[in-house]
Amino acid sequence: MQHVQPPFAGPPMKSHYSDAPAAEPIARHTLAVIVDNEPGVLARIAGLFSGRGYNIESLTVSETEHEKHLSRITIVTTGTAHVIEQIKAQLSRLVPVHRVDDLTVNGDAIERELVLVKVVGKGEARVEAMRLAQAFGARTVDATLSSFIFELTGTSDETERFISLMTACGLTEVARTGIAAIGRGAESM
Amino acid sequence: MSETMTGAEMVVRALQDQGVEHIFGYPGGAVLPIYDALFHQDKVKHVLVRHEQGAVHAAEGYARSSGKVGVVLVTSGPGATNAVTGLTDALMDSIPIVCLTGQVPTHLIGSDAFQEADTVGITRHCTKHNYLVKRIEDLPRIMHEAFYVAANGRPGPVVIDLPKDIQFASGTYARPASNQHKTYRPQVQGDMEKIKAAIALMASAKRPVFYTGGGVVNAGPQAAALLRELVRLTGFPVTSTLMGLGAYPASDPQFLGMLGMHGTYEANLAMHGCDVMINIGARFDDRITGRLDAFSPHSRKIHVDIDPSSINKNVKVDIGIVGDCAHVLEDMVRLWRSTAPQVDKVALKGWWDNIAGWRGRKCLAYRKSSDVIKPQYAIERLYELTKDREVYVTTEVGQHQMWAAQFFKFEEPNRWMTSGGLGTMGYGLPAAIGAQLAHPNALVVDIAGEASILMNMQEMSTALQYRLPVKVFILNNEYMGMVRQWQELLHGGRYSESYSHSLPDFVKLAEAYGGVGIRCDKPDVLDDAIREMIDTPRPVIFDCVVDKAENCFPMIPSGKAHNEMILGDAAEDIGSVIDAKGKMLV
Repeated sequence: MQHVQPPFAGPPMKSHYSDAPAAEPIARHTLAVIVDNEPGVLARIAGLFSGRGYNIESLTVSETEHEKHLSRITIVTTGTAHVIEQIKAQLSRLVPVHRVDDLTVNGDAIERELVLVKVVGKGEARVEAMRLAQAFGARTVDATLSSFIFELTGTSDETERFISLMTACGLTEVARTGIAAIGRGAESM
Repeated sequence: MSETMTGAEMVVRALQDQGVEHIFGYPGGAVLPIYDALFHQDKVKHVLVRHEQGAVHAAEGYARSSGKVGVVLVTSGPGATNAVTGLTDALMDSIPIVCLTGQVPTHLIGSDAFQEADTVGITRHCTKHNYLVKRIEDLPRIMHEAFYVAANGRPGPVVIDLPKDIQFASGTYARPASNQHKTYRPQVQGDMEKIKAAIALMASAKRPVFYTGGGVVNAGPQAAALLRELVRLTGFPVTSTLMGLGAYPASDPQFLGMLGMHGTYEANLAMHGCDVMINIGARFDDRITGRLDAFSPHSRKIHVDIDPSSINKNVKVDIGIVGDCAHVLEDMVRLWRSTAPQVDKVALKGWWDNIAGWRGRKCLAYRKSSDVIKPQYAIERLYELTKDREVYVTTEVGQHQMWAAQFFKFEEPNRWMTSGGLGTMGYGLPAAIGAQLAHPNALVVDIAGEASILMNMQEMSTALQYRLPVKVFILNNEYMGMVRQWQELLHGGRYSESYSHSLPDFVKLAEAYGGVGIRCDKPDVLDDAIREMIDTPRPVIFDCVVDKAENCFPMIPSGKAHNEMILGDAAEDIGSVIDAKGKMLV
């Protein structure tokens, strides 16, 4: 097709878009989001995170005010300061979202997670599991001659430590709720 | 007053109560009850499109040219999925649309029933909000709320998915006292402290520039009037995004032309060199900013936007004002008048001198030809021969779109409709149909490319059926021109699949639809051919055969900064205004 000009002679261009930005420090933030408990609201929130490439480390949701049909979603996410600001702005503009609070920015919030741990074993391992559970203040919620189920509530660090110790004592199954969080002090959302 | 009626009747009644005069749609099994309800009344007129994507674009053209909410009615499954491109387009360009989709009966949802698709799932990411109506009691509220959500805050498309059993169900309809959503209240009034700070910053500027966008158009005609007032009060230069063209008159000496990838040299260099940037209703899109880390490096930035997530999204700003452009501009004009700031006249004079130097570059110049029609020339003539009329212009996507933006001068808002954010080929013809329906006596022209127009060609039938005399002005270069241009610049001139093979004869095609076809390939008869098009009171396809090799300049290459533009070879060479590095690229 001779009617077309010769190729451009300048320096080569790589693509239609600008380059990715340089890496910046990543921080972990816990967000509390109050939403209308309507069908699809969780999909909307989760879809926003996947669609815009944000991370979700933990997500918990439950209706907290039944008469008003309001749910509270606690999201633990990671990102650069800029990304965290965008996440909050993007969440805020969703129609069913009433409020977004950054508990990490507002001061150290109470963060708790509940884990259920099933340990199977006999003899010394079983005794050790029991002893460690007591040391952590875990409750024994089920027991058979060869197994225990422990319930522990604590910070993510505590529950992580507990799970890793239990791994050495015959841990076979773990269920975790994800993090629920609330700001300290008299002020409420 | 409440009345008992079926869900389908409620839908139509709610449209009537919203003052909807026209809807764009296509029937199918899952919306038959609504079509039956439409049949029994004549307040809401239905426009039968030929493809559901066309329905949404037509509604967009209608909305953008009239300021009203555009309404679409399509069936379940393929009807809804065909509408997805249009919905995404409306989301990206912030166009208020209410799209009603049929759905299989509630008891069949999830069973892979005939023509079932998870419409709310599919459209969740391409709508501002969407609803699946599961109870007839919710229907009146949702119908009215959808109009509120679509039009308030940053406008956007809203889908209401209507299962067929809900359309048949009987319930009580009463028009709600208010359309408002129970909690969704976008902030329209700007923070006064920030507006004061913005005015102070503007007053101290030595090299200021207004950078305005589609938000000004969306905020209504009074926002455009206030922008004009503020720009004239301050004496600052103003540039506009593709979406914002017409908010400020293109013929005004303070207007620098469009900015961005194919914007003018003076607009982009003003953006690069300014010390205070005042962004009103634009969103720092990547086609505007070029290389982000080199974007306007010496400026302090003010950003007015109704969407808080737009502020600091791509570019960090110094003063971010969340609010409706009209409200914030009103405050700015009032404050500027009452404080009557002493601007640095000497510095501003020097800044305008710089701008005059950049303008001297004549960045839009092109080599004229007497035997082949240059596409730029075609747009220039189209503009000259139509400028005294009430004219609405839509476009498809590609080189012709950029030439239209560069060479057609828009003096008023809502006259220019183009797919900016999504870049949807096939947008222009259905959008023109929507605009013509809203303005029956105006001249509506779809500036098209020969490749784009084929994507929604079928809508010619719609134009004929409703006697909408839209003009399709095709710049036919037998290439997907922008793809070809990029292949030239990026891929060594290997024109992979960008040649428009096996094109139809557009004149015969127009006649086959019942319209009028005109072909022109000589510059000396172009004016007469364009006049013939204008004077034809029927739909016209104008096949304007243009130079196949022409590229669209100026251009900021990808990953480059505003001061690294490439100019066309006809531009004036006055090398001193750019540095050595920039010169290498020019």
